[in-house]
Amino acid sequence: MSRPLQTGKAIHANDVSAFAQDINEASRLETGKSVQKHASRRRPRLHIAVFLAPAVLIYTAVMIFPLANTLRLALYSRIDQERVFTGLANFQTLFFDPIWSEQFWNALGNNFWFFLVHMLVQNPIGIALAAILSHPRLRFAALYRSAIFIPTILSFVIVGFAWKLILSPIWGIAPSMLDAVGLKSLFAPWLGKEEYALTTLALISVWQFIGIPMMLIYAALLSIPEEILEAGEVDGITGMGAFWKIKLPLILPSIGIISILTFVGNFNAFDLIYASQGALAGPDFSTDILGTFMYRTFFGFQLQLGDPHMGSAIAGAMFAIILLGVCIYLFGVQTRMRRYQL
Amino acid sequence: MNKARSNPLNTYAMHGALILYTLIALFPVFVILINSFKSRKAIFREPLALPDAESFSMIGYQTVMKQGDFFLYFQNSLIVTVASLALVLLFGAMAAYALSEYRFRGNTLMGLYLALGIMIPIRIGTVAILEMMVASGLVNTLWALILVYTAQGLPLAVFILSEFMKQVSDDLKNAGRIDGLSEYTIFFRLVLPLVRPAMATVAVFNMIPIWNDLWFPLILAPAEETKTLTLGSQVFIGQFVTDWNAVLSALSMAILPVLILYVIFSRQLIRGITSGAVK
Repeated sequence: MSRPLQTGKAIHANDVSAFAQDINEASRLETGKSVQKHASRRRPRLHIAVFLAPAVLIYTAVMIFPLANTLRLALYSRIDQERVFTGLANFQTLFFDPIWSEQFWNALGNNFWFFLVHMLVQNPIGIALAAILSHPRLRFAALYRSAIFIPTILSFVIVGFAWKLILSPIWGIAPSMLDAVGLKSLFAPWLGKEEYALTTLALISVWQFIGIPMMLIYAALLSIPEEILEAGEVDGITGMGAFWKIKLPLILPSIGIISILTFVGNFNAFDLIYASQGALAGPDFSTDILGTFMYRTFFGFQLQLGDPHMGSAIAGAMFAIILLGVCIYLFGVQTRMRRYQL
Repeated sequence: MNKARSNPLNTYAMHGALILYTLIALFPVFVILINSFKSRKAIFREPLALPDAESFSMIGYQTVMKQGDFFLYFQNSLIVTVASLALVLLFGAMAAYALSEYRFRGNTLMGLYLALGIMIPIRIGTVAILEMMVASGLVNTLWALILVYTAQGLPLAVFILSEFMKQVSDDLKNAGRIDGLSEYTIFFRLVLPLVRPAMATVAVFNMIPIWNDLWFPLILAPAEETKTLTLGSQVFIGQFVTDWNAVLSALSMAILPVLILYVIFSRQLIRGITSGAVK
């Protein structure tokens, strides 16, 4: 209903801004050229290199080079104290050797479940909170916003231990609170049970990070122009209807960004599991995800020696998974998403 | 105005939902903080009661002060975070200026190259980073952490800052050029002050992950004298896991500085996040 109007406006606005940009560009080129020409006679454009050099050097040396080098190291093995090129042997071990592949698929499966819980719990609650907060005449909105964001600023160590203590059957906060509402029978030592531990940790992580989708969606909701909502009101779309039919389609790109951020964040998660369950990701590896698996393999634990080459192979697998996710987002989701010019 | 969008019942429901979630968000922090001021008996007998004259005890804090070097850890965290942020902001702004202001061959390519790191986590390169730090003797120094966090923060900083620098008026810069200012002076004196809000956004985005990181301190700088607060409290709590007073006090001591900073800066932080830096 409001779309034709909107597209019309968008084209109009676009034309004007494009025109203005052209003029701007032309004038910049002209003045820029004359000034630049003048300058370039005195000195070559060395300043560009000076401006770029520190960032490019540090970024290349500490991030891109090690990344490439890690992928390269995955193709080597240590045999008799020497580094030998073994091709894809490490990956073969990782995927097909029964001891390794069992752990790998376990970690990968757990990681997917971890991600799924975030997508199904964190993002819908975050969107709902943002939708309530963005209500134009809500009082104390800033207070709620700041309070709900507090867990996000705490470190994994604090969050992991705090929940471990609260859920602990020794301390008894969780059971006595459940008792107060008559649900004591539901209590179990959730972090200690294989079947619940991973989901519990995922929910703790959701509790911690709900502030991020909330804030991003909140920002997106605030940027929706009032006229569009008023146009909807004139057509009788209010309340929940306005949310589902007007706001949600408009914030879909933000939801896409949040999904990919969640994906990347979850597939390189490590800290929370390490802080609350240790490197062994107990009970019985039921909370093992790729990050902890890589840490254990790389550094070793108890009876197993650390193996940087197998660690690199796992890093390579993580790299491939994250790259795949990002590509699916960039080419499969983002390009097909309908963007509205506001 | 828009009466159709608000009725009292909805308002109560909205406040109800928000209060409920706020309680969920704050409850664990509250429980940790109040119990850290209680004696061991009171912690177990009445976990949800506020400390009173009878149950008040600072024994946990005394243990923490005696056993752990929390001031050193705090200082390390502060040095690493401040130094990394300064480098990210300075170098990021410089690169962003070069990319947004000048036309040169390879500009777009350089922009894409620097943007790669936004989506790919630096942790994947850990094996080679450790190898490199060992070879260069930087292992167990704060420099190792500062370099890693700088590299980690740069891609997003360049991306956000160059978006903002494109909006700085060309006339202003050209006026400076006509007045004979060097390109460096134009950048530092004219452009940087104008993008200060964007710099604050970048600082906010980087600060929390750097301060809270456990992975790199654990791998690159686990020595006693270079432990950060996050790693230090992790190790301390691991050792004192049965001493509930000490654990609760250590947790509170890790929470409090962050909480105080957050109370001071929360407006900037939230404005930074919602200012549309992530489009």
